[in-house]
Amino acid sequence: MGALKSITLAAGAAFVLAGCATDSSASGDTVASASTAATDTAAPFPSTYKPYPSVETLIIPVTVYDGRGGGWDNGWVHMKDGKIVEVGGPTSMPPDVERVVDGTGKVVTPGIIDIHSHLGDYPSPGVAAHSDGNEATSPTTPDVWAEHSVWPQDPGFTRALANGGVTALQVLPGSANLMGGRSATLKNVPSRTVQGMKFPGAPYGFKMACGENPKRVYGGKGRQPSTRMGNFAVNRQTWLDAKSYDGKKRDLGKETLKGVLDGEILVHNHCYRADEMALVIDMAKEMGYKVTAFHHAVESYKIGDLLRENDVCSAVWADWYGFKMEAYDGIPENAALIHNAGACVVIHSDDANGIQRLNQEAAKAQASGRRMGIDIPDAEVISWITYNPAKAMGIEAMTGSLEPGKMADVVLWNGDPLSVYSRPEKVWVDGALLFDAMDRKRRPVSDFELGQPGEGDVK
Amino acid sequence: MKRLLTLAASALALAATPLAAQDVAISGVTVAKGDGSEPIANGAVVIRSGKVVYAGPADQMPAVPMQLVQAPPDTWVTPGLVAAVTSLGLWDVGAVTESNDTSAGKSPFNAALDVTPAINPSSQHIAISRAGGITRALVQGGSAGAIFAGQGAIIDLGADTDAVRVPRAFQKVVLGEAGAQISGGSRTATHVALRNAMIEAQAYANGRWDGADALLTRADAEALGKVISGRQKLLVAADRASDIREVIALKREFPKLDIVLLGANEGWLVAREIAASGIPVIANALVDLPSSFDQLAATQSNIGRMAAAGVKLAINADAMEQPRYLAQFAGNLVGLQKIPGAAGLSWGEALAAITSKPAEIIGLNDAGVLRPGAVGDLVIWDGDPLEVSSAPVQVYIDGVRQPLDNHQTRLRERYRDLDESDLPKAYDW
Repeated sequence: MGALKSITLAAGAAFVLAGCATDSSASGDTVASASTAATDTAAPFPSTYKPYPSVETLIIPVTVYDGRGGGWDNGWVHMKDGKIVEVGGPTSMPPDVERVVDGTGKVVTPGIIDIHSHLGDYPSPGVAAHSDGNEATSPTTPDVWAEHSVWPQDPGFTRALANGGVTALQVLPGSANLMGGRSATLKNVPSRTVQGMKFPGAPYGFKMACGENPKRVYGGKGRQPSTRMGNFAVNRQTWLDAKSYDGKKRDLGKETLKGVLDGEILVHNHCYRADEMALVIDMAKEMGYKVTAFHHAVESYKIGDLLRENDVCSAVWADWYGFKMEAYDGIPENAALIHNAGACVVIHSDDANGIQRLNQEAAKAQASGRRMGIDIPDAEVISWITYNPAKAMGIEAMTGSLEPGKMADVVLWNGDPLSVYSRPEKVWVDGALLFDAMDRKRRPVSDFELGQPGEGDVK
Repeated sequence: MKRLLTLAASALALAATPLAAQDVAISGVTVAKGDGSEPIANGAVVIRSGKVVYAGPADQMPAVPMQLVQAPPDTWVTPGLVAAVTSLGLWDVGAVTESNDTSAGKSPFNAALDVTPAINPSSQHIAISRAGGITRALVQGGSAGAIFAGQGAIIDLGADTDAVRVPRAFQKVVLGEAGAQISGGSRTATHVALRNAMIEAQAYANGRWDGADALLTRADAEALGKVISGRQKLLVAADRASDIREVIALKREFPKLDIVLLGANEGWLVAREIAASGIPVIANALVDLPSSFDQLAATQSNIGRMAAAGVKLAINADAMEQPRYLAQFAGNLVGLQKIPGAAGLSWGEALAAITSKPAEIIGLNDAGVLRPGAVGDLVIWDGDPLEVSSAPVQVYIDGVRQPLDNHQTRLRERYRDLDESDLPKAYDW
């Protein structure tokens, strides 16, 4: 366990909605009723997610990382009615609660959030019949929505919960297209329908991709774009066409683009190279939208200043490199250098296996920084996989940190979450205990796995 | 830079001297021998003339005529990691096909393909893996044109021009869903192709091969002749329990085959049969998704359960993003011990699964282990080597201290700051 210097006592602290566009959604109940009513053109397929029953619980004594950079030993976390009531430290008085979870030697963090996943859209088994992540028939498909491809029975969701402590995730359409469509933000709670997983009140994201993928896919078909300049030409013309959309005759693609231009839909742009990210930032200014996060962003370390000045997050792997030309300059110090430049870091997976170990990826990125003299405290590193992705997904008012009033999305780790030897012991979503390593029945089994060899195994 | 070792041993002024074996003695560090034993808290290691002389408790270290390397107290020493299976040296950029020599689907030859002349000792992936503590590797091509992928080689990762230590050490064959697709669309086709090749190879090995009546090219028959006579090991990739049983049956049918099972994602379902067959396994670790119908029962407990049944095991580097994740994957198997119902490995077993076990399985009995007489492959770490926060600070191969810089470390130094007030970054080198 690293030294926890900062003792932040959140007891009695006011709940601040930092930079939030969805203030009314801070209460889960309010959101559920609001979205159920909104079966109009603005919000078809509304979330039907409802928190599962929860028991008032106090975890004590336990090491706490609050997801906002605070961390302390000998603390406690109090959950009630699906919400965080209070978190405290060694000098504050815990409440008198019947159900107490002993956190001795353990660590509590907010639920882990993956900003870049294809679970459900590229589910297991990964057969052609399940290949629902890329509508690779036109370089721009702003009309497609990832939620319409999500298979809720993907066994990957259960592994992300049990091994990764993942409580929320953004499912993005793939990167074949310059404009890949809308993302789906989900709570990692099994459901028969995707609506039952949709994160209530989450804004939509919009997936864009620059670089090699679009030009390869469409160049291969003998059409524009076949070059990087073609990528920009198609993007700019599509934005210009969208700006004149008056909404009289409905156009699904332009409705999405208008949502981006109006700031209601957040742009998540797959982009590797520094020079190309700089061009995308200029294009966004030209067209009047904002890039919320560059994803993959293996060269962000070359332009940390630019990313800081433009308030753009980088969602990165710890150390993937070399698998394609635009990943050739990937280095393990990327995240630490971005952080050091004052820009926002998110650790993402883009992978059904990697999503099970985002904590280890964050730890590797931290260690690479430390080795070059950039010392980032453990509590700060935890925010790379909790609060920062929540913020970049527009759900930070509801989840992503252990603050009073927020959803009780909580992981109890059986050791230091930045150690290879630790795993989630218990995971709560909205205060409901949905995974417990000590109770084999608190482990979801997807329809697909019933009756198969290994059903209900630890996996 | 607080973790940099203070080097007091002679001839360690690396930049000024050619790469030559150095004598190293280091004491007062945690020593893990790689043989399955648990680490020794106050240990010592001595290497002379490129070989291990001593590894054990510091207080029993023999007197040596050299100065001790001084190391911080949290320093660990292990043997070099042994990575099987990899494609190190066969590609620069995965998606740039011109730079990628891993497979040759358009070639008329298959089993005869030999990675030896294609391996580039200057590859960045070799340099980066060396910096990750890997000192030896099995390099094997991939299957594309036929179920036989060709002949792999054993390399060392030394910063010199001489990488290949054992050329043509392995043939590889792919069964299961992948093999079925390559061989004609069904497992039935795979097994006919496999048996036909074995019979033709047997004929070739016995001098009775008739090219006019053969499906194999002469070169492929010659290559497989070494396999059928047991002079070259055969890696067999299979995951489904029923496919693994077929591998065991193959060994009964052709007893001279020197088989190593590769992958084995459902191995735990047939663990006792594998153990009884004596076939060692280079097994995928942490694979826990039914990502194909080949591996519906995949679980991270696979390796732990096979180990408990007595199977000889190494962790497969081919099932991870980069070979240098080996230590992280091994560490995860240790972590599994804390999960009720899961099966993992002890710390010593986990290290052995990425050092001495892969070495033994690929035929390097004196590598991947710190014992007198073994090769002088040594990694000095700044902490527990299986922990994600640790990294090598020094690497020796055959007693030769290796440089750990590469394209990535150069980029790191160039972009340590973003100051271009005097000259563009291109002048910063």
